[in-house]
Parts: sequence; C-alpha cells; structure tokens
Amino acid sequence: MNREEILVEVSHLKKYFASRPGFFRKRQTVVKAVDDVSFQIHRGETLGLVGESGCGKTTVGRTIIRLYPATAGKIVYAGLDITNFTEKQMFPLRKKIQMIFQDPYASLNARMTVGDIIGEPLDIHGIAAGRQRKEMIMELLNKVGLSPEHASRYPHEFSGGQRQRIGIARAMAVEPEFIICDEPLSALDVSIQAQVVNLLEDLQSKLGLTYLFIAHDLSMVKHISNRIGVMYLGKLVELASSNDLYQNPLHPYTRALLSAIPVPDPDTADQKQRIILEGDVPSPINPPEGCRFRTRCRHARTGCGESTPEMKEVEPGHFVACYLAHDGYSG
Amino acid sequence: MKNILEVKDLHTSFFTHLGEVKAVNGVSFAVGPGEVIGIVGESGSGKSVTSLSIINLLPFPGKIVGGSILFAGKELINLPEKEMQKIRGNEISIIFQDPMTSLNPVFTVGNQIMEPLVRHRGLSRDEARQKAIEMLAMVGIPSPEKRINQYPHEFSGGMRQRVMIAMALCCRPKLLIADEPTTALDVTIQAQIIELMKDLRDKTGTSIILITHDLGVVAEVCSRVIVMYAGSIIEQGNRRDIFYRPRHPYTRGLLRSVPGIRAKQKERLKPIDGQPPDLLNTAAGCPFYPRCEHAMLICAEERPSYTEFSSAHKAACWLYHPLAPRVERSI
Repeated sequence: MNREEILVEVSHLKKYFASRPGFFRKRQTVVKAVDDVSFQIHRGETLGLVGESGCGKTTVGRTIIRLYPATAGKIVYAGLDITNFTEKQMFPLRKKIQMIFQDPYASLNARMTVGDIIGEPLDIHGIAAGRQRKEMIMELLNKVGLSPEHASRYPHEFSGGQRQRIGIARAMAVEPEFIICDEPLSALDVSIQAQVVNLLEDLQSKLGLTYLFIAHDLSMVKHISNRIGVMYLGKLVELASSNDLYQNPLHPYTRALLSAIPVPDPDTADQKQRIILEGDVPSPINPPEGCRFRTRCRHARTGCGESTPEMKEVEPGHFVACYLAHDGYSG
Repeated sequence: MKNILEVKDLHTSFFTHLGEVKAVNGVSFAVGPGEVIGIVGESGSGKSVTSLSIINLLPFPGKIVGGSILFAGKELINLPEKEMQKIRGNEISIIFQDPMTSLNPVFTVGNQIMEPLVRHRGLSRDEARQKAIEMLAMVGIPSPEKRINQYPHEFSGGMRQRVMIAMALCCRPKLLIADEPTTALDVTIQAQIIELMKDLRDKTGTSIILITHDLGVVAEVCSRVIVMYAGSIIEQGNRRDIFYRPRHPYTRGLLRSVPGIRAKQKERLKPIDGQPPDLLNTAAGCPFYPRCEHAMLICAEERPSYTEFSSAHKAACWLYHPLAPRVERSI
C-alpha cells in the first residue's frame, strides 16, 4: 500500500455558522467554527484530531463528509474536488466515505432491527438483496464480534459497546475506504473502549482503511493515530506524528493539553509539573485577534496579537502555528 | 484516629417491575478524617448508589435493604428525614457530575450558596452574602462581588462546577462526596478542578469520597482506592497498592486496558472481554467470573471472601485462597 498517496486533502477550509437575526438579537452573529484549516490524510493512515469542546473538530469531520456545506476552502477526495458537489454527484462517494458517530444511543434507529440497520446501506446503494443481503449482514455482524442471532433484535437490547459495534458494522456494509470516527469511544466504559479500539485497528489492517479519528481523550488518540492534529478555537495549531507530538510538543496549547491528562500512575502524577491554563476558551463569535490562544498563553508577547501565525514546518513533518515555536523559543 | 464514616455490609436494591436489582451488594469501607478516598468502577458498578445511600437521596424505587452507615458515630440508616436534613449540606455535602443540571437556573448563584449558610448556620443574609463571596474567591472565581449576582447560565461549565464546590464547602462539612466531578468537563478545565480539589484537601482538612471511572484522576488525588464491580468492592488498598500491586484480575484488566501515554512503541490494548453482568439475575459466585481469564470451578459456585495482603490492602478473589493453584503473575 502506498503510504504517500494522499486520499483526502483539505485546504483553507472554513465553516461559519450564521445566526439569523431574531426578535431578541437584531444583529446577525457569525460563529467561526472552523477557520482556515488545512491538512492531508494519506491512504491507510489514521489521522487523529483533538481539541476541547467547541474547537471545531466535529465540524471539520462533518464538513468533509458534506453534512455541512463549506463556507470557503477546498476538499479534495482521491483527486476529486468535492467541495461543491451536488447530492447526486456525492452519491457514489457516500459508498467510499462513512462515518461512525459519538453517541451509540442516538445514532441507531430504535424502531429498526439491527439487521435492517446494517442492511439499509446495502439497499440504498443496491449492493445486495434477498439471500445475499442476509448473508452479508451475518458476515458483517461476525466481523464486528456480534453473533448472527442479534440481527433480529432491536438496539435497546444492547449495551453501549455492542451498539457501537452495530454502528461500525453499518459503516462497513458498503466497504468504504475512508471512515470518519467522531468520538466513537467517549460514551463507553474504560474496559469496553479498548475492545472497540482493537476492533477498529483489526478492521484497518485487514481492509486497508483510512481513518479520521476525532476525540478529546488524548491517550486513546495517541494510541490509535499515526499523526495527530491539535485544534483550538477553529484553528489547527499543531500537526505532527503522534510520537513527535507527545515527546516534543511545540505549541504552548499542546503542552498545556498534554500536561492536563491525568496519568494512572501515582509516582508520575506526584512529580508532574502541570501547566494550568487560566480561564475558559473565548467565544468563537468574537475570537481574539491574531493568535487565538494568546489570551491564555503565558508566553504571549506583543507580536502575537498583530497577525495570525501560519502553520509552518519547523521539523520534518512537524507543523506548528506559533511565533515562539517558529523562532525556536528564543527571544 | 477515629473514622468519620463507617459503612458496614451495605445492601441497596432497586425494586423494579422486572424484579430486584441489587445495585449495592455488601459494601464495607471506612473514611478517616482528612482522607481522600477514590471509588472507581464502570457504569452500573454501584459507586453512585453507594454515595446516594450514604446521604439518603436514593431515587424511587431504590431502598437500603441492610447494613449500617455510621457517620461520626451516628447511624444514618432509618434516620428521620428531618434529622437527615440537618446533616445534608451541613456535615455531609455532595457535588454531582453535571454542573449544568444541578444548579437551579431561576436563582442567582449567590442565592444558592447562601441557602445552606442561612439554613444550617443561622447566618443573617448579609453575613451569608459576605461568606458566599469569600467562598467564591476561594474556589478561584474572578470578581466574586459581581459574579455572585449572576445566574448559572452566565457561567461556563468549569465555573459552574466551582460554584457547586463553593456551595458544598460553605458549611465546612466533615465529609464531601464528589460524584464524577470532572467527567462533564474538558481536559484543561478538569485539570483546574483537580488542582482545586487538591488545594482544598490540603487547606480545609475535609474528608473526600471521590467517585470516578477515570483511573488517572484517582492516581492524582486519592490516598486510598476502592474498586467496585457489580455492586461489590472487589479490591481496596492504598494508592500504590492498587496501581503498582493490583491483585484482583479485574483491577489488573482495568489498568491494562488504558494505553500508556509514555509508551513509545505501539502496543495492542488488552481489553477485558465480555460485558458487565446483568444485576437482575445475579448468579452465585464471583460477579467477575464470566469475564475472568483465571476463572476456576469454585468461582462460579461461591462468592470469594477477602484476602488481606496488608492492613490496608485486600481483594476478593479465589486465586489468593491458600488452596488455590499458583499462577504466573501477568503484570
């Protein structure tokens, strides 16, 4: 498999949500959920996307799969510019791009049997019918570690981890090449999370899948991803291979984020010097001028407010958007 | 040292139309003065029900079926509601998981913090107001004089959790129960709250029961750890015992299923197979037996009793019975 082949290329992607002026608020406000984000995903790799709630990571995922139209920028999938594709043009691509959602309780239709949930993509894309359809459903259930008799049951009869498996089986039904996993673990218990992670990894190595893995749990993201992008307030602030990012984080926000993870190891926990960020994330309606992190950054200097730092490759494959990191933290 | 709280053989059940659900099944532990105890377990393990039993806030159809809860020498089970109200919020406080729903949206934050002060301590409104401002400052809320007149919706999630903590601590309780206080928060905000709790632990000398599913949080703040599974305590010990010398296969499994953040090499995760048990149909024997990799014949038949490894460290597992076959240690 050619690791160098670029499967998804996102350049200068913007997604703004405008509120309609209403009775109480006469002026229109614009939430810049994603503001000028660029990255590439290579075929066969897992790109992790982390950040706190409201940083725009989910919006990036949903804009790529065209659940939201992009405000500006370009999304190229396997050489095709899909940014302005119509729903009809998108249809054949829906077979190749699938999504696994965060909440396994809300993302499965409670009135359909598990067999029909998994079979629905088969019907829509006209992949199989009759006996063949049934066989495929059984095979998919098997693949995700459920048994064939589960096909006639309803979602409420399953636990969270099992439902997430059903969601994965549904995504696998059309034999996709690219899967967007939007916080697939956050609703699950610790011991079940590891089961689902292993399943996703097995499927990837067997079928050569490409993942965009969106999450806020940094330890799981590190485990599953080849490369990781860190987002803050609609911007990508750092992008590096997962080892680089954890060994040598360059952006002050990444450093704070990593130091904030509670480690299940008493000795490390006692010695750890934690960087505590003051205050909360500013509102994406009125983000700070220049670098968006500067209001909470303890290294902030005058230049940070004047212009927005660009993503720059400071080491091979390690991109960061911070003036200080660009200068190697001197001065 | 005399214990603040002693729970002995607590049994709490929910009487549903499907039958009796034994949510807490024979739990015994003690909390010393100034001690921070962590209770960890997955959803449904009975950790929250244990805490709700202590302050007698069990939702219908829950009921304490047996056992004893001694708080400062006083039996809390079957205490008249009037008496209980004098203790709740005064000598025992609780912080809930979700700061969004546990504050009343129609009263100002100040009003809600003042309530226990006026009610339990007999302070005048002016005195209570002064004290409330002090408390808000103590939990790190900037410009408390202004914030005290605001409503919960004007606060962010982390700030609301700070308000909850201020409210819980304003009467200087002997015991604080924190039920998943950081679960609904982002990592960097979680770090702020953890630091705050550590700080309060050192400053106020309040005993804390911290309930969580996050092993990292436990390693950071607790001195003693209780591991619950299916309504029972399967292991308890000092922090270092649990993290460095875990004895019960479930504790080991739990520690193994979280990826090490420092690991340079990618290792496959080792999940605990299977699902947590159905508490409606509890079988005889060890509750963990169907998922245990070391299960023996006796495990299915009889509940294991505790084996003590030191005065603080004990686990309920047949593997440590003198007659059990010796196995290789897997951690």
